[in-house]
Amino acid sequence: MLTYTIRRLILAIPTLLFIALVIFLLLELAPGDPMAEMPLTIPPEVKERMREALGLGQPWYIRFYLWLYQFFVVEPQYWIDALFGTNLADGAQRIISFQSRSPVFDTIAERIPQTLWVVGMSYVVGVIIALPIGIISAYRQYSWFDNLGTFISMVGFSVPTFFTGVLLIVIFSVNLGWFPSIYDTTLVVNDWSSFLMQLRQMAMPVFVLALYNAAQISRFMRASMLDNLGQDYVRTARAKGMRERVVVLKHVLRNSLIPVVTVIALGVPQVFGGAIITEQVFKVNGLGQLLIIAIHGNDVPMILTLTFIFAVLIVIFNLIADVLYGFLDPRIRYD
Amino acid sequence: MTDPSLDMSTVAPTRNQWWDVWDQFKSHRGAVIGAMFLIFITLFVVVGPWLYGVDPAKLDIRNKDMRPFYLGLFTDVKWSWTRPLGTDHLGRDIMANLMQGGKISLAVGWVAMLLALVLGTLVGVFAGFFKRLDGPLMRFTDLVLSLPLLPLLLVMMLLFRDPLRASFGPETGIFILIVTGIGITSWMHTARIVRGDILAIKEREFVLAARSIGTPPRRVIMRHLLPNVMSPIMVSATLGLATAIITESALSFLGLGFPSDFPTWGKILFDSVDRMTNFPERVIWPGLAISLTVLSVNYIGDGLRDALDPRIRGL
Repeated sequence: MLTYTIRRLILAIPTLLFIALVIFLLLELAPGDPMAEMPLTIPPEVKERMREALGLGQPWYIRFYLWLYQFFVVEPQYWIDALFGTNLADGAQRIISFQSRSPVFDTIAERIPQTLWVVGMSYVVGVIIALPIGIISAYRQYSWFDNLGTFISMVGFSVPTFFTGVLLIVIFSVNLGWFPSIYDTTLVVNDWSSFLMQLRQMAMPVFVLALYNAAQISRFMRASMLDNLGQDYVRTARAKGMRERVVVLKHVLRNSLIPVVTVIALGVPQVFGGAIITEQVFKVNGLGQLLIIAIHGNDVPMILTLTFIFAVLIVIFNLIADVLYGFLDPRIRYD
Repeated sequence: MTDPSLDMSTVAPTRNQWWDVWDQFKSHRGAVIGAMFLIFITLFVVVGPWLYGVDPAKLDIRNKDMRPFYLGLFTDVKWSWTRPLGTDHLGRDIMANLMQGGKISLAVGWVAMLLALVLGTLVGVFAGFFKRLDGPLMRFTDLVLSLPLLPLLLVMMLLFRDPLRASFGPETGIFILIVTGIGITSWMHTARIVRGDILAIKEREFVLAARSIGTPPRRVIMRHLLPNVMSPIMVSATLGLATAIITESALSFLGLGFPSDFPTWGKILFDSVDRMTNFPERVIWPGLAISLTVLSVNYIGDGLRDALDPRIRGL
């Protein structure tokens, strides 16, 4: 198992390098010019020097190497410096955003809490809703509960999140006035009333994303339960005279959870991607919104870094899912 | 002695496989309703503009901000029977825009789905049939699967919008861009499924028989393998159509899809979000159109999966 994990980790490095190269070249091929928004009155020689100041004078492979060096060496050094008060980085050049002229990772660090709160919470809520629904739907297959669950999950992954979000805003904040339609990041939670306020502003984005996630996970849970319910060991357990509760919740559920856990792990990075739209709808200034702003502003270092972080998340969670699968299911052995 | 005429009447007429599939499909209520809705919405966007006869782009400032008829009948607002779903802030007819937008949204969905399907089937067949190609092609598929697709799609939209617009004109250029963008980012699942099935089928006796009489690989693939992987391909086609429609409207919703004077469902929704407090119907109708279309396509997929699965069929 350990050798497998190590081998996968080593294999992940060329994968990530390749992905970085693809993203970099895509941005490189693009005709977009970060200087396009500058006033036309700037003389050409000044413009040329500005381009050099942005680091655009070098050929692409040098810039690609420098970006990799900054991402994997310089930035971690800064993190270590900030944590332990050392001076490893020694003033080395960090990845600088074209738009804000500040280090990309500072902006990302500012945005991560909002994304994690909303997106992370919605995923947790989604999983918590999905598992019992999946279990009951499978146990009472073709009952009214199962049919309703099937219909709701069908709706859940058919209706795009931007429509659910907008619909909720129309109903709950425009007509009923229960929840605010805009997520206020400046809200400081320090007492009960501000905590309630935080809950209220999180309610709608979390619900939208949770519905979408729960729809998919509950389907997997149901299918996996159905697979196991028909197996011989379940009949054996019942024949031994075990209570139904023990049979379902101990024998069947544990075995059915194995594939579901990996599906949950695989879904985490997709949630970050899908959050782009939800964050845009509810004006949460998280990572997704940052990416949209960067794309509109032709902010190449920001786009590159953010997209690469998404890719790293995908690769890492794929690895986690595979390792988890082997760990949970003794029948799967990779070595 | 048996009576020959009696014999003739008990033997059912020969049926091909697709009749059985159709019979099973008919018994799935959701799928039938879904198929009917899809036909309805297709007629709505294709024949609708011809019957309705209102130019979606025509500005009519005098009649701007009309409300839909169901509000007008019960409340005191500006409305008219000639504008059943109202008009927007520039007086453009919303119903006509929904038809025009739906035409583009559905066209993008179908073309992108077909592209993804062709790519996926090609990769899947090659990887499954030729052992030498299997490793590299599947590694490549895994690589593409680990790309963050939505961000990359957004980047592609922004970066290649202007050059394509310059060379093909604003409408065709963006259409090509969106369709290829969605197509080349959604073929992977089809490829995996097709490869798996091809790997299983190519070991069967009938393929061996075909090969032993000297059938060239191209004909083995076309005559013996492809017809047998039709069912998974069709199921993933419905999934592909649904995701393509959603992706296109998501791109338009994020402001990176079609240009502003060019309606698609996602675009109409995006443009109306700012005024949704006063005119919620402008958000709800395009949103409903997208959701119901995708829902019906997903139900069709569900029904097809059941109908094409011989283990379920005939029960």
